[in-house]
Formats: sequence, structure tokens, C-alpha cells
Amino acid sequence: MSRETRTIYLERSSYRRRRARDAARLLPFLALVLFFIPALWQISSESAGISAKSALVFLFLAWIAVIVLSFFLARYLKAPVVKESDPQSETAGHD
Amino acid sequence: MINTLVVVSLAYVAALFLIAFYAERLAARGKGAWLRSPLVYTLSLSIYCTGWTFYGAVGSAARGGLEYLAIYLGPTLVLVGWWWILRKIVRIGRAQRITSIADMISSRYGKSNSIAVVVTIMAVVGVTPYIALQLQSVSLSFNTFLQFSGEEPRYLDSQSTAFWVAVGLAIFTIIFGTRNLDANERHHGVVTAIAVEAVVKLAALVTLGIYVVWVLFGGVSETMAAIDQSAINVWQFDGARWTSIMFLSAAAFIALPRMFQVMVVENEDESHLFTASWAFPIYVLLVSLFVVPIAITGLEKFPSDANPDLFVLTVPLSEGRNGLAMFAFIGGFSAATSMVIVAAIALSTMLSNHVVMPIWLAFSDNRVSVAGDVRQIVLFARRLSIGGVVTLGYFYLKISGGGAALASIGLISFAGVAQLLPAMMGGIVWRAANRFGALAGLLTGFTIWAYTLFLPSFGPDAILSSSILNEGLFGLQWLRPYALFGISGMDNLVHSLFWSISLNLLVFVVVSLLTFPNPLERLQGAQFVNVFDHTVGASTWTKGRAETEDLLIMCQRIIGPQEAQELFKQEAGRQGKIGYLPDTTPEFLQTLERELAGSVGAATSHAMIAQIVGRSSVSVDDLMRVADEAAQIMEYSSQLEAKTEEQARTARQLTEANLKLTAISEQKDAFLSKVSHELRTPMTSIRAFSEILGETEDLADDQRSKYAGIIHGETIRLTRLLDDLLDLSVLENGEVKLSYSRCNLGAIIDQAVAATNFVDSHLALRRDKPSEDIWVVTDQDRLSQVIINLITNAAKYCDNRSPLLKISVRRSDKGVQIDFVDNGSGVSRENQDVIFEKFSRATDRSSGAGLGLAICREIMSKLGGSINYVPAQGGAVFRVLVPLSQN
Repeated sequence: MSRETRTIYLERSSYRRRRARDAARLLPFLALVLFFIPALWQISSESAGISAKSALVFLFLAWIAVIVLSFFLARYLKAPVVKESDPQSETAGHD
Repeated sequence: MINTLVVVSLAYVAALFLIAFYAERLAARGKGAWLRSPLVYTLSLSIYCTGWTFYGAVGSAARGGLEYLAIYLGPTLVLVGWWWILRKIVRIGRAQRITSIADMISSRYGKSNSIAVVVTIMAVVGVTPYIALQLQSVSLSFNTFLQFSGEEPRYLDSQSTAFWVAVGLAIFTIIFGTRNLDANERHHGVVTAIAVEAVVKLAALVTLGIYVVWVLFGGVSETMAAIDQSAINVWQFDGARWTSIMFLSAAAFIALPRMFQVMVVENEDESHLFTASWAFPIYVLLVSLFVVPIAITGLEKFPSDANPDLFVLTVPLSEGRNGLAMFAFIGGFSAATSMVIVAAIALSTMLSNHVVMPIWLAFSDNRVSVAGDVRQIVLFARRLSIGGVVTLGYFYLKISGGGAALASIGLISFAGVAQLLPAMMGGIVWRAANRFGALAGLLTGFTIWAYTLFLPSFGPDAILSSSILNEGLFGLQWLRPYALFGISGMDNLVHSLFWSISLNLLVFVVVSLLTFPNPLERLQGAQFVNVFDHTVGASTWTKGRAETEDLLIMCQRIIGPQEAQELFKQEAGRQGKIGYLPDTTPEFLQTLERELAGSVGAATSHAMIAQIVGRSSVSVDDLMRVADEAAQIMEYSSQLEAKTEEQARTARQLTEANLKLTAISEQKDAFLSKVSHELRTPMTSIRAFSEILGETEDLADDQRSKYAGIIHGETIRLTRLLDDLLDLSVLENGEVKLSYSRCNLGAIIDQAVAATNFVDSHLALRRDKPSEDIWVVTDQDRLSQVIINLITNAAKYCDNRSPLLKISVRRSDKGVQIDFVDNGSGVSRENQDVIFEKFSRATDRSSGAGLGLAICREIMSKLGGSINYVPAQGGAVFRVLVPLSQN
């Protein structure tokens, strides 16, 4: 697509949709950070390992949080585009 | 109890067959929209959870704490990050009609078959042990039941269990996995069966988990307390392994052939990813939710030498809950079988498309078009490969002895297929990645993986001698399999993964930077990397050299005559032409290549078209398009593109029309002189003989009647000519009244054949009367007129010494299709365009005025059908399409 035709100011809903895409792109990184938080515990712990129970609870809660976020993002992104002047809604794969 | 178990298992297998069969039937009838729902797609992804994870997760938790979670967190990362990777891969897979992961990688790197072969071999080597693992999980779990029941195995021991399971799976896969040749089409039966198995294995684990938590422990808080008291209350967190396993499972989720099969090849609709992105993480969350409670129960109950991999079965069995144990067994069975089925389909597609077909092509002496039915060969190759892959898995199990060595093969196998990742991911994000880099990277990674992880896993002195293990290859210390470059002390898996992936990536990048891709690779690279932009019209074929007829013949052999003819006809229509032979524009060749790729893979399809078209080549324009960013922006300006295309199409239509007009005009001139000649000759003789009759007094009676006879005959000739002209003009001006009635097609053909009996000819007719028994609503006399005309034509023009006309009737969804096939030399290419025009005659041999086929065409269009000439069939083939009813 030619870069000259790219609109600079978008209407409100198109703007929101783009930010939702940004969020969808960032979500795996958030998940990655969450899944590695138990690695930080060990530093403060004096025993040889970390509490399995706490780690289990934490990891599952983090997991559920990621799934819930993913669910709402998918639902938002899946909703049909409201007819507005967003000529790149289908093709803006990597803007 | 064993008998019940066997009966339940068999009943379960029978149910699976029925479900698959039913789903195939529904899909064939175009029903069952739920077969294509995102839910079924999500469930089919669950073949990630195999027998190894079903039993092994609990085992792993009992041995190493929470490490098993990483195996499920990896795929979760991939799915919630679907916007990055999965979306692109699925889009590419659909756009390029990818049939397997080998096809995808080879397609990206200039459709190179050597890469496809390497990937296929890597996949087979990596996945076969995994299939063995599944067979082992079934036989081990069966054995556990045997031990608990205390019964003597009378007719089934664990080895024969594995054998019969392998046989059953091969049969199932061959029946439902090779129904359609186009690997790109969905295997509805298989996918539905897999979805059912997904539900069964999840239900089994969850039921067992609920039993353990609420019945054995008495609640959630009690369970939590028990975890704190248990042997695994302290988790030795190992960051390197945690990272490695999460990376491995994420990589395997994308690169495993079976995952690629369900995720990309069987994908029906890109939007299913929306649902899968959150639903599949829920699935794996539920699968892993009860693992720890089950593990600690097992650790409490059994002595320390008990196999924790079987806690899923032994816990309910020791509690006397045989029903629950049986349910768990079926769950594990489901997990194992679904993996084997899909893996076998994926591997067989690769083997047949990238190994068998190229070999066959090489031996078929460059003559694709005359070498028989390719479809049967591909299907046979695929079935053979399925059998081969399952057999390989079984023998691996037998030879390896099925011991503990096999249990660790799961992650080793993951590490093997993860070697595909750099070439694949690099290919979709980096345009400069090329086939030398990919090949070098793949081979480097694969070799290191085999040397540092796979071969040593068989144990010392099995394949690698213990001296190599301890002192390195050729006695070089820095080549020790578990301590490459002298770095020791790392976990074996982490060590192998680190070196294989990082060197794989390094070699891939460096070689790609140093070498130069060929033009086809650059085009494919642009198409893969920029798949979300306007598709670059990657024209890889030069125009004009391909003979359309040869292409049609070849295409018919691969995707079937009906489908091929439909495809060619559509393309001809798109170009604004009538009939079955479109121009061989680069765009058309591109389309055709992709269509064939859906059946035989990109590399083979490319090679096949290259055989007919000649050298594939890329025009200067195409290179400009790839190389020059500015040119690309110009290209992407969609308006311009649309306009150019529109103009090109109009120009083509105009040229076509012009040619036709010129041809007709010439024919018309010729006809007018012919008509004047035809009219004048009888007129002259009529005038002459009537003058003789009028002016000569003493004519003998016999002479008088002879002259009168001549006059009569000439008048009949004139009348017939005028009748034809009149008929045509009536039809053309739409003044004709059709009298519709319900009549039998066979009867109409009978009537027409009877009417042509007077024709003085040796023409033999062949018909298939039962197939003609079709009722249609049409104008009987007019249709019969068309058929008479076609039979008479065959009698006149068929130049075979023993002329034969075959009338074949076929019912399609559009109506009834009647083919008139003769064994003559057919209509020449230049005449095909004009035979349906008025005043045209293919040869000068006949006495007709060249109006017959024009009349036929008018009649058929009035009847709402059509008549066409089908090229490239040997003899002349006229295809009449009659609608079933008046509308």
C-alpha cells in the first residue's frame, strides 16, 4: 500500500480498534513476564526451592488473567468493522 | 475386568469410525455447518495433548514439581500472541495452498524440492519415536490393568496390544485420511473424530481430578494443605529448563507436522483463530489443573519405585474405582490415537508430495500428459506412506524395547522439529532469507540435535559408543555430545537446544547474507513476508509458450476432468472468452500452479508446469517489482492496478472480437459467393430445363420426366437452404414458440437416432441406455433437432476409417450433460472458435451451408442450456447442457 495515502487522524472507533490490535500484540509479552515471575522469588528465598503451592496458585491465576484478556480482545477485534473511513482496516497488518 | 476393558475399547473405536463416517456424509451433502465451527477447530488443536502428556504430565509433576506447566504455557503464549505469528502463517497457508510444513518451507524458498526432502526426513525422524511413544502408552496402560486384575493375559499381551492398535490406526487413517486428493481440502471425518477424542480425554482427566480433589482430599483447601505436606512441596525452580521447555513447546506447537496439519492445512476460516486464541488456553489449563493433586495422591499411596507415569490409572484402580479407571484408560487411548492419526496424515502428505512424486516424475520421462492417471498414483503413495509411518513407529517401539528411554523421547522429539523454526519464521519475516541459508541452517541444527540429544538418548553403546560419549568424537574433548566446546555441567536438553538452535539460526542468517537468492525465491519471499499487503502479482511464467490444450490434459489427470474443465472454462470466461481454452497468461499459470499445488505440493506442481511450459522465468518487470521499492509502491497503487487490468481485459476482448469478426466476415463473403453459386446453379438448371420443356416439341416421355425430376430435385435443395435460413432467423429474432413438456431423455435420443437412420454412413453408435433414463422438461422436437444435427455432423466429418460416436449422459448439479464423442481427428484449433458461427464450415468436403451448428446453438440458448466444443479430448467432443426444468 502506498504510504502517502495513509490517513493520519482516524475517527474514534477506528482509533480504538487499532489500539486493540496493539494490545493483542503486546499480550504475549505480558504473559511471558507473568510466567517468569516465580523465577524472581528464588532470589529472596533461602531454601533450596520455592513453595510449590504458591507457585501453582500464582501461575494458574496469571494464566486465567491472560485468558480473560485474550477473550475480550478477540471478541472486540472480531466484531464487524463499523462502516467508517478506515481504508486499511483489512490490510493494516503491520502499521 | 480385562474383557470389559477390551469390549469398551473396541466399542469406542467403532464409535469413532461411525462418527467419522457420519461427518464425511454430512459434509458431502453440504450439511453440518457445525463441522466448520471454531469450536471444532479449537478442539482439533488439542492433538497437542498426546498420550505422553496425558500420562506423562502427572509423572513429570511427581518427579520434578511444576515443570510440566511449561509444556502448556508455551502453546498459550503462541495462541495469545496469534496476531504475530499464527495469523500470518494461516493466511500464507491459505493464499499459497500449502499442504504441509515441508511444503510451506520449500514454497517459501523458491519451491525447492531439496529443502522439502530435508524437512520431510527431519520430520519423519523426529516424529516416528513420538508415534512409538503413543503406542507404548497404550500398551503400558493396558499392562497396568492386567497387573491390577491379576488375570493372566490369554490372548493379548502388551506387544500385541501395540500391534493391533497400530493396525487399527493405519486402517482408520487410510480410510478417512486419503478420501480426497487435495490435501488442502478438509478431512471432515478425521477432524470430527479428533474433536470428539479431545472432549473424551479432557472429560476423563477432569473427572479423575474432581474425584481426587473432592472425594479423596475432601475439598480445595484440604488439597492445598496436602500439597504443602507432600514430597513436592518445594519446587526446585530451574530457570534454564523452564525457559527451554517453554520455548520448545511453543516452537513445537508451530512446527510439529501434526499441529501444522490441523492448525493451517485443515483451517477452514481464518477467523477461527479469534476463538482459538482464548479457548485453547482454557483447554490446556483444564488439562493441567488436576495434575498436581493426582501426582501427590500417587506419591502418598505407592512406594517410591512405582511408575509415576501411570498414576492416572493406578490411583483409581487402587481405590477400586474400576469404572473411573476405565474412563481414564479411554482418555489416554484417545490422546494417543488422535496424535498417531494426524501425524500419519501429515507425514504421508509430505512423503508422497516431496519424495514419491518427484521420483515418479523423474522416471516418467518428461511426459506428464501421457503417463496415466496421476491421481491414483498420488493416492496410492499417500496410503503406502501412512502404512509406512505407522509401521516405522511400531518397529521403533519393538527395537527400542519400550523402556524408560522412550519416555524421555517426547521433549527430544520436540527439540528435533524445533529445528524447522528458524527457516520457517525467518522465511515469513525476512525477505532476504534464502534457500542456501535455510538448507545450511536446517542441516546444522538437525545434525547437532541428533549428535547431542537424539543418538545419545538410546544409551551408551547403542548407537554412539561410550567412548564417544565420554571422550568425544575422534577423541576430541570439545566434541563430547553432552559438553560441546567443553562447556559441561548443563542439563542435556538445555545444552542440546542451546547449541542446535543458536547455531542453526546463526548459519541460516550468515549463509543467507552471503549468498544470493534466485528470482523465484525473491518473489516468493515478497509474497510470504508481505502477505497482508496487496498480493504481488508474482508472475513466474512467461506468456504464450504453454500450449493450453496440453495444460488441460495434464490438469485433467491430476484434479479430475470435470474440475479441470470447470477451472479452464472459468478462466476463459474471466478473460472474456467463450469455451475451454483461456490464454496462457502468467496470471492463469500462477492460478493453475496453485490449484495443482493443493494436490501434489508446490514443488511438484511447479515442476509439472515447467515440463509443459518450458523454463520458468521471471520477466524484467517482475524483478523490478521485487528489487525496486519505488516500483513496488507504483504497483500497489490499487487504482492504477485495477485500471490496467481492466484495460488489458478489454483489449483482449476487443482483439478476440476483432479476430472473430474478421474470420466471420471472410466466411460470410465466402458464403455469399457460395450462396449465390448455390442459388444460381439450381436456378440455371431449372431455367434451362423448363425452357427445354416449354420450347422443345418432340420430347420423349422418359426424357420429359427426367427433366421434370431434375427440376424437382433442384427445387427441394433450394427449399432446404431457405428453410434453414428461415429457421435461424426465427430463432435469432426470438419469435420462436417453444412447447415445453416433461419427457424422457432416452426417448428423445431414440427418436433422433431413428431420424438419422437414412444417413448413408458407416457410423457406429455407442450409448449407455440406463444412464439416459432422466426426465427433463424441455422442447422435445427442438432438442431432438440438435441431437440429429450432431449425429449427422459426426457421420459427415468423422474421418476415422471405422467411425464411432459415443453418446454419454451425465447428470450434474446444473442439469444434464450430454457428450457426443467421436473418434475422428477433432476440430482444429483455429476452427474451434468459429464452428458455431453462421455460414462457417470446417471443411469444404461437405455440401451443407454451414448453418447446422449455428441453429443448434440458438436452440440450446433458447432452451436455457448450452452447446460447446470441448477441446483436448482426442476426437471431436460436443457437450450439450440441458437444464432439468424450464427455469
